[in-house]
Amino acid sequence: MDYVAHDASDFARPAEVEEMELYHPKTFIGKYIWSQDAKVIAVQYAITAIGIGLVALVLSWLMRLQLAFPNSFSFIDPSNYLQFVTMHGMIMVIYLLTALFLGGFGNYLIPLMVGARDMVFPYVNMVSYWVYLTAVLLLVASFFVPGGPTGAGWTLYPPQAILQGTPGATWGIILMLVSLAFFIIGFTMGGLNYVVTVLQARTRGMTMMRLPLTVWGIFTATVLALLAFPALFVSAIMMMLDVTLGTSFFMPAIVSMGQQLDYTGGSPVLFQHLFWFFGHPEVYIVALPAFGIVSDLISVHARKNIFGYRMMVWAIVAIGGLSFIVWAHHMYVSGMNPYFGFFFATTTLIIAVPTALKVYNWVLTLWRGNIHLTVPMLFAIGFIFTFINGGLTGLFLGNVTVDVPLSDTMFVVAHFHMVMAIAPILVVFGAIYHWYPKITGRMLNDTLGKFHFWVTFVGSYAIYYPMHYLGFAGVPRRYYAIGGTNFIPESAQALNASITIAALIVGVVQVVFLYNLVWSYFKGKPSGSNPWSATTLEWQTADTPPKHGNFGETLPVVYRWAYDYSVPGAKEDFIPQNVPPRDVVLSSNKT
Amino acid sequence: MTMFHQLMAKPWVTAQGKVDDLYAGGASSALAKRLALRVFLAVVAVLFFLLVTAYGTRMAYEDWRPAPQVSLLWANTLVLILSSIALQWAQYSVRRGRMDAMRVGLLAAGAFTVVFLFGQFLAWRQLATMVYFDVMNPAVAFFYLITGVHGLHLVGGLVAWGRTVARVWGDFDVGKVRQSVELCTTYWHFLLLVWLVLFGLLFTGNNLDLLLKLCGIR
Amino acid sequence: MVIAIVLIILIVGSVLFHFLSPWYFTPIASNWGTIDDTISLTFWVTGVVFVAVNLFMAYCVIRFRYRKEKRADYEPENKKLEAWLVGLTTVGVIAMLAPGLAVWAKFVTVPENATVIEAVGQQWYWSYRFPGKDGKLGTVDSRHVSDKNPFGMNPDDPNGQDDILITSPELHLPIDKPVKVLLRSKDVLHNFSVAQIRVKMDLVPGLVTYVWFIPTRTGNFDLLCEELCGIAHYTMRGKLIVEEERAFQTWLSSYPTFAQTSAQAAGDAAAGKPLYAVCAACHGVQAEGNAALHAPKLSGQGDWYLKRQLKYYKQGVRGAHDKDVFGKMMAPMAATLGDDSAINNVSAYIRTLPDNPAPATVKGNANNGQTRYATCAVCHGANGRGIQAMNAPGLKGMSDWYLVTQLKNFKQGIRGAHPQDMYGGQMALMAAILTDDRAVDDLVAYISTLK
Repeated sequence: MDYVAHDASDFARPAEVEEMELYHPKTFIGKYIWSQDAKVIAVQYAITAIGIGLVALVLSWLMRLQLAFPNSFSFIDPSNYLQFVTMHGMIMVIYLLTALFLGGFGNYLIPLMVGARDMVFPYVNMVSYWVYLTAVLLLVASFFVPGGPTGAGWTLYPPQAILQGTPGATWGIILMLVSLAFFIIGFTMGGLNYVVTVLQARTRGMTMMRLPLTVWGIFTATVLALLAFPALFVSAIMMMLDVTLGTSFFMPAIVSMGQQLDYTGGSPVLFQHLFWFFGHPEVYIVALPAFGIVSDLISVHARKNIFGYRMMVWAIVAIGGLSFIVWAHHMYVSGMNPYFGFFFATTTLIIAVPTALKVYNWVLTLWRGNIHLTVPMLFAIGFIFTFINGGLTGLFLGNVTVDVPLSDTMFVVAHFHMVMAIAPILVVFGAIYHWYPKITGRMLNDTLGKFHFWVTFVGSYAIYYPMHYLGFAGVPRRYYAIGGTNFIPESAQALNASITIAALIVGVVQVVFLYNLVWSYFKGKPSGSNPWSATTLEWQTADTPPKHGNFGETLPVVYRWAYDYSVPGAKEDFIPQNVPPRDVVLSSNKT
Repeated sequence: MTMFHQLMAKPWVTAQGKVDDLYAGGASSALAKRLALRVFLAVVAVLFFLLVTAYGTRMAYEDWRPAPQVSLLWANTLVLILSSIALQWAQYSVRRGRMDAMRVGLLAAGAFTVVFLFGQFLAWRQLATMVYFDVMNPAVAFFYLITGVHGLHLVGGLVAWGRTVARVWGDFDVGKVRQSVELCTTYWHFLLLVWLVLFGLLFTGNNLDLLLKLCGIR
Repeated sequence: MVIAIVLIILIVGSVLFHFLSPWYFTPIASNWGTIDDTISLTFWVTGVVFVAVNLFMAYCVIRFRYRKEKRADYEPENKKLEAWLVGLTTVGVIAMLAPGLAVWAKFVTVPENATVIEAVGQQWYWSYRFPGKDGKLGTVDSRHVSDKNPFGMNPDDPNGQDDILITSPELHLPIDKPVKVLLRSKDVLHNFSVAQIRVKMDLVPGLVTYVWFIPTRTGNFDLLCEELCGIAHYTMRGKLIVEEERAFQTWLSSYPTFAQTSAQAAGDAAAGKPLYAVCAACHGVQAEGNAALHAPKLSGQGDWYLKRQLKYYKQGVRGAHDKDVFGKMMAPMAATLGDDSAINNVSAYIRTLPDNPAPATVKGNANNGQTRYATCAVCHGANGRGIQAMNAPGLKGMSDWYLVTQLKNFKQGIRGAHPQDMYGGQMALMAAILTDDRAVDDLVAYISTLK
């Protein structure tokens, strides 16, 4: 009883939030192309990100084909291979995951979940997307310039990134750096919007601690990105000057291919510090939105409040803060001052504590829940399993001594794919199955969804779990071919082949998902406005899909936190956030 | 309520619910713009912080040769201070409803800024003509990079300034103009502060080295 | 329900895979057994957590699956439980971190009695330097690097004069002696990694980094570059041979000191002329080559390359493979050259002969070949003239039919497979990218068009 009503004197009030002026376009182009509606921008971001992500998926097939069946494909030479590796990594990390989580989910969910009409600066938001698109097009253009895209690895380490001997060292690298600069500028525009919208545009009653964890995750990730991307920006500019003007920021005196170069005195390690000062927070820029979203998926579909909400928030903030002081764990064997190892190993393992707490809380949310094994829930469970695996292998690599034999092997590849590729992408899928009904008004097909889940989840595990063992056996990463060694068993080749087959299958099955997206848009079962019986504001809109302005005539007023599921005494097993205490229908048997 | 107290709240407890219900919701777009500017300035601060750190890291190498001093920078600094003062004057005036004084302040600030940028350009030219000029020298390259990035931020500021100036003639919404002037002033003060830090630490001798030694880092 | 069962299968499967997998660390051959211990410890701690948390999740999914009449608990938080969980996790983390840091402290502290040597990396091979009798390595600078002085030794530094220069990717070390390997790169990032030793460290141009270890087992180990260093990264391989002190000393004494290499007399072409008479029978008076006799053109080829190949023929590194029919004919011929000076002289003589391009005989699609040549160009040069610093011989204007034969030999393991063929192994890995005979013909056809 106590949980349901605050007080008899509570009453419903209109939201007295200053109404923002929305620009309502009349034409198709104004509504869907040059749109200032965050929801349309979100879909634009999502489609672009998934489109370029498919390119990266195909690149991964090509590279896997070479690893499984070396020297069988005449169109994959060592240069192409490195270009595939580089572009696959860069696209997936930045142009797909970062853009999709923040630009896609951030744009769609933040205004709806905080109860706002739109982002606070809709025009800037629109420009943000178009700058992002420019960045993507520049990236694509690098495939068509002489020499092709850069093949320096997604880390773009100088000196090799800008020297002959690395594919794309002339045009490819320049386009890559320009594209990154554009991406960062575009993101900064969007990011300012997300942060200010969360802080300044919440509706009446929506305090920070009443926000769903999805918003917390995206918000914290955006803050991280705003503070971390400048490091990449600075290093991109400095490398650009090294390439074009011959400065020596990152370039020491070098004899390349028998030629003395003019560079002198630069520091390649400085680049690595800058890169990873960005690069490690980047991991959490991808992971934190996933953490937030999956918390909500689990809570909704287990019909139970998220366990330890406050600690979940603290953990997100703590992880975000710590992520700025762990970067050099990517550089244990980089030749930096070896004494840094003590500090960075310690901070890195400390970050395991809040991360583990989040895992416990997800599982404890399932404990004594009433679990609907819907497709989003399956993906959430798949995420937890994958993330536990990837997180634990992180303890190998974060602990400086253990890292030494494993660094630069396939173990690293397996680890980061588990933890920041498969785990977040499972959340992306879960989230799409979860929110698609809100975006389109129709449910995604359940059978196709389950098929998609099973192949993706089990298939991905079959790809990456054995890959760790290639790393133990000593197979280096970024090798075009293992060739003959006297310590890697011949059977490693067979394992590589089986991994490739699993990767091809998982990749192809994504077509089923795309088909489902299109088919359901036209033929899917109408969903109604709140098919999952969820409490958060996006499910309480007047229209589904929500119109421009999100909430119809009046903004919702919030009376409770986002997790009032299975509240004792209430008739329904959920109470939406905007239901005032006096309107809660009590269950008949308990008066 | 402090951030810390907010984070300690238990949102599911009835008593807390009453407190939370009192939250009135999002504030005006003026506040939003001010917040956005502050967040943006934080991003810019990180950018310059990283540049200074990179500079300091490079300084630690034995083969470090400091860049030649360009005395013109002292004059430029003075001009930039003047532009900040002019904007401060414009802000002071608009708050008291003295529109003419505000216009003078705004225009003067713009003029000083343009003079500063031109001065920086001259400083670039001067450095380029010095005998031991050499982009291969990291100190020189850093000088161009850092002053360039700083200058670009001022150019960006001038765009916002231009939009404000275009608005202050004829009939205009005083509230909006006042807000724009305030935002411009904050931005200019911030860039002045950044410049003073850069100038003091990097371009007037080995002050950064001194600082690092004082802090016991080197 | 199915998901819970699948989770349990995956958990059990993962554990079984771990214990049954043939893919695991290669047996250790150094003092770094403590690294292996920290790995085992990490495995136990993380393994227990992996099984426990996932099994608990599977249990929850079964036990608390949806039932219409049931309702979930309402429990916003449980501080005591979370405090326990955080506490336990912290204990686990400390249990892994503390030993890790203790081992790292040893890793970064080099024992006083360690012998200091240097490994030099460049695209895409290794070389090494030992201090001479004075026990001190001379100073180096990349400004001194040239074909004559590949190590960039400072010619004015007396400490460097007796340094022993190992211009070979094979490194020998004595067993049970601590060694500190200084790591230096001439061009880009590389990484010094020997799986059996467990050590790994990047080579950074502009810096000197280090690793130290004590080899504890004799044997022949692969040294791999594990930091992406360009197109031929995967072919940048060396060898570490750990042997008894005596064998090691013999090996070391077979390499020259810096003073000796700089004093080395250039070959005497006049003295080489009579020696060449034997060669002329097949290779032609002008060393222009003779396809009918399967003798390739030699004129225009780098003398450094000719010298190396002649030595290989003499030592049975080349021309020893059963299927290398024409190589086997060359081997006894090379044996007629008495000593190194004879080889130097005859190479010097060949260098004086006019370099007229050999006629093109191979038919192929030069356009297709051009794309493929992009890979080759990295070492052999866009103009095909070869680059000594890359150990890459000239290709332009050489007998094209010979290039075809050799590419096929490399592909089939007839050439480059001998353990002493230091740079041939690299070419064998590279030649493998030519997937069929037509690709070889196209490539060679393009090389013939190079001007």
